[in-house]
Amino acid sequence: MESAVDIKYVADLARLDLSAEQAEKIQGELGRIVDYIAELAEVDVSGVEPTAHAAQLTNVWREDAAKPSFPRSEMLANAPGIIHEELIKVPRVLPSEEE
Amino acid sequence: MDIRKAALHNLAEALKNKEFSSEELCREYLKQIDTRDHEIGAFLEIDRENMLNAAKASDARRAAGNILSDYDGLPIAVKDNIAVKGERCSCASKLLEPVKSPYDATAITGLKNQGFIPFGRLNMDEFAMGSSCENSAFKRTANPLDTTRVPGGSSGGSAACVAADFAPAALGSDTGGSIRQPAAFCGVVGVKPTYGRVSRYGLVAFASSLDQIGPLCNDAIDAGIILDAISGVDAHDSTTLPNAVDNYTAAAWEGSKSGSLAGLKFGLPKEYFASGMDAGVAKVMDESIAKVKSLGGEIVDVSLPHTKYAVAVYYIIATAEASANLARFDGIRYGARKDANGLVDTYYKSRGAGFGDEVKRRILLGTYVLSSGYYDAYYLRAQRVRTLIRKDFENAFTKCDLLLTPVTPGVAFKFNEKSDPLQMYLSDIYTIALNLSGHCGISIPAGIDSATGMPVAAQIMAPALGEAKMLNAAAAFMR
Repeated sequence: MESAVDIKYVADLARLDLSAEQAEKIQGELGRIVDYIAELAEVDVSGVEPTAHAAQLTNVWREDAAKPSFPRSEMLANAPGIIHEELIKVPRVLPSEEE
Repeated sequence: MDIRKAALHNLAEALKNKEFSSEELCREYLKQIDTRDHEIGAFLEIDRENMLNAAKASDARRAAGNILSDYDGLPIAVKDNIAVKGERCSCASKLLEPVKSPYDATAITGLKNQGFIPFGRLNMDEFAMGSSCENSAFKRTANPLDTTRVPGGSSGGSAACVAADFAPAALGSDTGGSIRQPAAFCGVVGVKPTYGRVSRYGLVAFASSLDQIGPLCNDAIDAGIILDAISGVDAHDSTTLPNAVDNYTAAAWEGSKSGSLAGLKFGLPKEYFASGMDAGVAKVMDESIAKVKSLGGEIVDVSLPHTKYAVAVYYIIATAEASANLARFDGIRYGARKDANGLVDTYYKSRGAGFGDEVKRRILLGTYVLSSGYYDAYYLRAQRVRTLIRKDFENAFTKCDLLLTPVTPGVAFKFNEKSDPLQMYLSDIYTIALNLSGHCGISIPAGIDSATGMPVAAQIMAPALGEAKMLNAAAAFMR
């Protein structure tokens, strides 16, 4: 048995472009992995609290004080496009209808 | 100067005795890299000028009597997912290929504060997702002990680098075994610290609740030296533990000098020895158990009953966290952008072109287990079973001081030998539970598989913040 993962739906949630061959290949692989992880259904977890992370810390506080940060230009240097020296250039938000 | 298998503590002694300078030492390592890295492929890139300038500065400090520590001037190579200011940080991914770090990771700052020279960008599986380095977008890394075999992963470049004498030590990161498994495959020492012991600030996040930075090196004393430099609480990572950093170096030295395991109880988790490991690994484990006894250690049987669920829990939690962490790589703020018709299509195209197959597979699995209708059945249930796995370890540690286990079911495999993703995931069985539980572990060379001549490692696991005890025992075992 191979679980049917709706690959198109999941790829849309993840904003991930897949070729048709990739989608088919990964769908099969994910199906087999999902079959495998389904074994967790047999574990009795009634009354067991979930663990979100292993450091048993809660509420780490710090002073609410302003501190110097990094120069804006250095932090923006990895953006693919910069305009007016401090703004990230993005493509037009809505698709052009002419294309 | 002989840099073969050179330990940091021996090199530090030689620097102190003026047998050579830091610059001469760094040039020797660069010479070894020039001689052999074309067939190994450990490094993606090296800024030689930067490295040699740092070495000259160290030599000047030493001449002036101002060394920052005994280890001032020793080079340590760095995995490509750890930020070093001004250097590339691509995570071996096309999507981050153009990215340069604007700051140092806290672990790097810790090394620099002691005068260490972090250098080079070491190859890895893309975004640390893989067990063989075959998922790097840029190059293949070969195992220096047999170049037809993989070095392991994801810190394969780090392990190969130390095994090939390209550096005396390297930093890696371990999310499900990514330091310990390549260390085992390449015959070097590798430590996954307790979750929260080393700051993750400046480590590109894969699975935030599992990731830890740690050392790969030639012996347990060197692991202690590096852990002393990189551990501790950090305001930039609120999951770092406030507990004082024990003197890990001293603990390891003590074990190395005594060579004794007297008074220590080693638990053998029966689920780890039940079946599944190759004959060569089983033989070395038998020898390791005998060695522990001969050094005065006591062996006790323990049980980690939820071990069989660890792979499933791990691949749900790690991929869920990865799908969220990697959502930020959309071609807008960092790295490579594929321009498309409209903003949303730019995300699709940039991510589609920038990520490799394994990263896509994990993002999709993580998105699936978090999606509406599946969250409770997979993600929440996995978090609950994670609690049971953690409690298994806590129960076991009431019966023993340390656990002794294999690191991998087999030795380093050949390229393209494991093409099915699930088969690859299942080979992580001995390492991943420790990331889920948050405890610490070390992989140490323990013997040779007679069929292949490849190294086999043993793993010593310790309770949370048990690094000193763990390194003490590892150093005694390795003496």
